[in-house]
Amino acid sequence: MWYLCVFYHRLLDYRKPEVESLAHLFGAFEDEQNGDVPSQLQWKLPIHHHPDSPFHFVNLPSEQVARSIANRSILVKGLYELWGEGGSYEELKDSVLSYPDERKLPYLEAGSTFKITVDSFGKVMSLDEQKELIQGLAYIPFKGQVKLKNPDHNFWLIEIDNYGRNNGLPPIVQRRIFFGREVGGADRKLIPTYQLKSRTYLGPTAMDAEMAFLMANQALATSGKLIYDPFVGTGSILVGAAHFGALTMGADIDIRVVRDGRGPNCNVWSNFEQYGLPMPVGLLRADNNRPPWRSGLKEIFDAIICDPPYGVRAGGRKSGGRKLLKGAVEPYVVPDDKRTDHIPSTAPYSLVECVHDLLDLAAKMLAMRGRLVFFYPVLRDDDCAETHFPEHPCFKLISSSEQILSSRYSRVLLTMVKVGAYTKEIAEAARLKHLEFRENHVKWLQDGNLHSAVFSPIDAQLPEAGDSKFIKDPKPKYRGKYV
Amino acid sequence: MRLLTHNMLSSNIKGVEKGFPLRIEAEKVVEKPVEMNADFLRKMFEKVEWKAFVEASRSMGYAQLPEEVDSGMLESDEFLSRFHHALLELHLEEGALVCPETGRRFPVNKGIPNMLLHEDEV
Repeated sequence: MWYLCVFYHRLLDYRKPEVESLAHLFGAFEDEQNGDVPSQLQWKLPIHHHPDSPFHFVNLPSEQVARSIANRSILVKGLYELWGEGGSYEELKDSVLSYPDERKLPYLEAGSTFKITVDSFGKVMSLDEQKELIQGLAYIPFKGQVKLKNPDHNFWLIEIDNYGRNNGLPPIVQRRIFFGREVGGADRKLIPTYQLKSRTYLGPTAMDAEMAFLMANQALATSGKLIYDPFVGTGSILVGAAHFGALTMGADIDIRVVRDGRGPNCNVWSNFEQYGLPMPVGLLRADNNRPPWRSGLKEIFDAIICDPPYGVRAGGRKSGGRKLLKGAVEPYVVPDDKRTDHIPSTAPYSLVECVHDLLDLAAKMLAMRGRLVFFYPVLRDDDCAETHFPEHPCFKLISSSEQILSSRYSRVLLTMVKVGAYTKEIAEAARLKHLEFRENHVKWLQDGNLHSAVFSPIDAQLPEAGDSKFIKDPKPKYRGKYV
Repeated sequence: MRLLTHNMLSSNIKGVEKGFPLRIEAEKVVEKPVEMNADFLRKMFEKVEWKAFVEASRSMGYAQLPEEVDSGMLESDEFLSRFHHALLELHLEEGALVCPETGRRFPVNKGIPNMLLHEDEV
């Protein structure tokens, strides 16, 4: 059945992927298990609407699935069973009257409670105007009692008029009015509850609550699953997954973050305690480039969610010693008497190698059909129109959602599903690549160095004289809505 | 560090053939109750290396696990609760994990094992 889906007008790239992932989670595709290709929902746009519009129609198998998706989501303002729509209130009336009675009457019964909410997108309506519109719905035979707080049924009258320039969307061609019964909507109270402002232990790159929940939804976090973050830091991503019932595990190369925190009451554990969430099943200090897993271990995690270090605000590290890998010092042996308290030297970890190791880890350790959800940074002024995302034979990329960070770069949330087993050939190719990274340590630090591209002074970036001054920006100028 | 984590770890020092299982030197063991999730336990049961798990559990002071197991035992509540206890409720707060081949100690402090390799082990 087709439902009207109204999104919160933010994080535009993340809206539909979230609904698609939650549709998987709640069994919308149970009947269509066709091998590797994940099924997709059918979407339609209301007439004259731009794809960035908050209003969409989506086809879902049942009201129960629709309710589950809406209530668990973060960006769905509401899912509505549409009783009517039109370009004017007369058209709306005709449309509602012609909607089948057997779909309407059960929700208009005496003994039930209801309320009607008037919402407008692109303009503000005074209370008087709203009241007048509600009176205008008298042709619908409401028999229940009006109850403004927690009624049984919530009806919405939504009017979309000229957006003006404010929302950044192209001007609406024609007014549109919808009337529907609310089936569910996001619980936005989660955001202030978990906001970083009140988090006990924070780090410079802690993931904000809203995004952590979006990542957990992309990863299908739920009770009974084991979810891993190889760059756990303060645990901000795992907190999101734990809220949805998953058991979590994390590792980080920086022992001060993972073991010590800022004190006995201000560390990763206390972040979970703060919200009454179950503690991570395990936290360890480990290098993702030299993981400590036993060789027979595989397909143990249901999902891997992480935000790898891009090298812009926080650089990654790996074992081995910077001078050692550069060849500045000869290989040395740590004397036995110094070994106990030896702090191993680490070297910078390029993004390319980091992502290679992440994909290799995920390919081996994720259960089949498990999800890998991670952020990947991209420069925004690339002349090449196509951004090349990391690939791996075991994975299929099912969504990519951009979040603009500055005029220079964005991060893209990639969701990949494991569709192929980790074979001996794949393991061998990874081993060889790992050795290649070691051999060419210096080269990889320079190539694709995001930090310099992001922080270089603007002069260095201007095109040469003679070239067109116009820098193509493939996305329209309403940057704010992509944040 | 819980035994679930221990069962996943091995000493991957360069040149070491058999780095699993790591021998546990327990200095401080703590018991913390955790809500039981049978689905999770059944999934983990398939992944756990049982012999190493029983041995590790013994070195943490819990010897109530059967030596040999089969998936039929998952039906028994008694077995599930013992499995759950050993897997998730025993914590090694202070101690070390020792490589069976080289004897190199990976310290465990405040419940966090430090598995980072030294420059000459990489």
